[in-house]
Amino acid sequence: MSNSPTTLFDKVWDSHVVRKIEDGPDVFFIDRHFIHEVTSPVAFLGLEQRGIGVMYPERTFATADHNTPTINQHLPVEDPLSANQLQQLATNSAKYGISHWGLGDPKNGIVHVVGPENGITLPGFTIVCGDSHTSTHGAFGAIAFGIGTSEVEMVLSSQCIMQPKPKKMRINVNGQLGKGVTPKDVALYIISKLTTSGATGYFVEYAGDVFENMSMEGRMTVCNLSIEMGARGGMIAPDQTTFDYIQGRPLAPKGADWDTQLAYWKTLKTDAGASFDEEINFNASDIEPMITYGTNPGMGMGISKHIPKAADVEGGVATYEKSLDYMGFAENDSMIGKKVDYVFIGSCTNGRIEDFRAFASIVKGHKKADHVTAWVVPGSHIVEAQIKEEGILDILTEAGFVLRQPGCSACLAMNDDKIPAGKYAVSTSNRNFEGRQGPGSRTLLASPLVAAAAAITGVVTDPREFL
Amino acid sequence: MAYDSFSVLKSSAVPMPIENVDTDQIIPARFLKATERKGFGDNLFRDWRYDKNDQPKQDFVLNNPTYSGKILVGGKNFGSGSSREHAAWAIYDYGFRCVVSSFFADIFRGNAINVGILPVQVSPEFLHEIFTAIEKDPKTELVVDLPAQTITISATGASESFAINGYKKHNLLNGFDDIDYLQAMKSEIADFASKR
Repeated sequence: MSNSPTTLFDKVWDSHVVRKIEDGPDVFFIDRHFIHEVTSPVAFLGLEQRGIGVMYPERTFATADHNTPTINQHLPVEDPLSANQLQQLATNSAKYGISHWGLGDPKNGIVHVVGPENGITLPGFTIVCGDSHTSTHGAFGAIAFGIGTSEVEMVLSSQCIMQPKPKKMRINVNGQLGKGVTPKDVALYIISKLTTSGATGYFVEYAGDVFENMSMEGRMTVCNLSIEMGARGGMIAPDQTTFDYIQGRPLAPKGADWDTQLAYWKTLKTDAGASFDEEINFNASDIEPMITYGTNPGMGMGISKHIPKAADVEGGVATYEKSLDYMGFAENDSMIGKKVDYVFIGSCTNGRIEDFRAFASIVKGHKKADHVTAWVVPGSHIVEAQIKEEGILDILTEAGFVLRQPGCSACLAMNDDKIPAGKYAVSTSNRNFEGRQGPGSRTLLASPLVAAAAAITGVVTDPREFL
Repeated sequence: MAYDSFSVLKSSAVPMPIENVDTDQIIPARFLKATERKGFGDNLFRDWRYDKNDQPKQDFVLNNPTYSGKILVGGKNFGSGSSREHAAWAIYDYGFRCVVSSFFADIFRGNAINVGILPVQVSPEFLHEIFTAIEKDPKTELVVDLPAQTITISATGASESFAINGYKKHNLLNGFDDIDYLQAMKSEIADFASKR
């Protein structure tokens, strides 16, 4: 072992390299693998065509989330293609001895919500899934990132993938966050500064007192969005907040094993003097509640600002104009007061209990605007139960909202939760790409607070008016 | 052996000078419901290619008979967003074997190589030269030489080299894939796993 100062990322990465290939990638060992119904079927098919099996089925966990309905989950899934994918996930999991939380299972939910809440996600682990928002799990000090289906097949068959080691970036945010500024806003702010490709080729460590003071739910929101600035993943050093969150979860270590693991976890931090390829600093006080106005997550701004002019942003003018044209917006427009047709709160970005607490804190005592259709979708059954136990459901119902059942829902609109063409949705999800929430849909990404303010006023509204 | 091998590709190219082409555009989520890897090419760039009545949009480059070829040339940050390998499958299934851009998103780049598409990253200046050459002559030929790691505009002779690691280059040249490699080292992996 080297005594030179080492980053958190290097500590975790280097301890998982099975073999270094000269002029090639590392053979990289994976501790935990999540699979879902959409990106796994072809991987299982590949195993069958090659006549090979699953090397460590106990290291893979299956949950159905991407195309599942968010109402009437007790009934058969109507769409035959979705039903087939769900069936394949169940069949493949049973065949290879993989734990499977299908539709209706009390542990079912969005993969990046159920992994942490069941204690599957732990510090120092390497975690992959055929889903780019796997970066979420970095909140625990794990190296976690999304992979393609070929790599899903690699992990199933050999528990390894071939991965070149990314460069390292540290993003420091220090200071006091203002009123109404949530972890989502911190992430959207960073992405708006770095652009959607600013961290491509890097793995990010988030550091500074803003993250140290953040809850695990907040850290997950931030790490979740790492991919939206191009980074493969982002991570935060584990601390007492992390350990307190993990302890007692169903699959977390227990007894003597807990003590051993905990001692190791406490070593997982970047040493003083360790170097990064890139280091960026932001001040917390510069961050406002954020909203996006374009068709990638980098096109975001403080909610009180005006849409920038093409000449003032990085990138080509034609691409920028195409984007504003799609959204039906113009340079220099204010976002405040723009009409909102739909509000979506949920997703692996903002579908955890804290997000619903935040949403409820604003809608309490108000009524949903009549013309707004709102989809309130918990990230898992456990979150759904918490919403009920904490009395949040009563607040939502009183304000005219209906709580749906867990799943990815309108974030990628693979199920029936599609925003119609031309309509505007304030969404707490992660992507505002053209048609992401349904063909022709127009997405404004924002925090649960901004979503709540939009839901009760029917227009884009600064949530600080209600705080 | 998972795909065709790749050596030297000579072809005209389809220009798409748009930045940040994300994988939701390459293949929208509602077309990810297959459980086999076939037919994705039909829905490549679905919502840019067809209107809401499923009629081809005449102003989209894939519907313009002037442009064709096995090489797709995209703007900066091609393939951002979702990790869906279906995006690479759709590009391959449509008939492209190479994507050229000045910058690729990480996951897409890896997925492309894993399914046998060569991602060629060139300088912004050379990308501009390629777009200009295609504008001048839509049938202009590009030569992508993997052994030499160069891309050349035949008409002008302008050429640039591109990077690819030796391991992946060897795989592409021979049509090998990572699973072949990993299967051959399973005992080493088992030893590693037993110590964790």
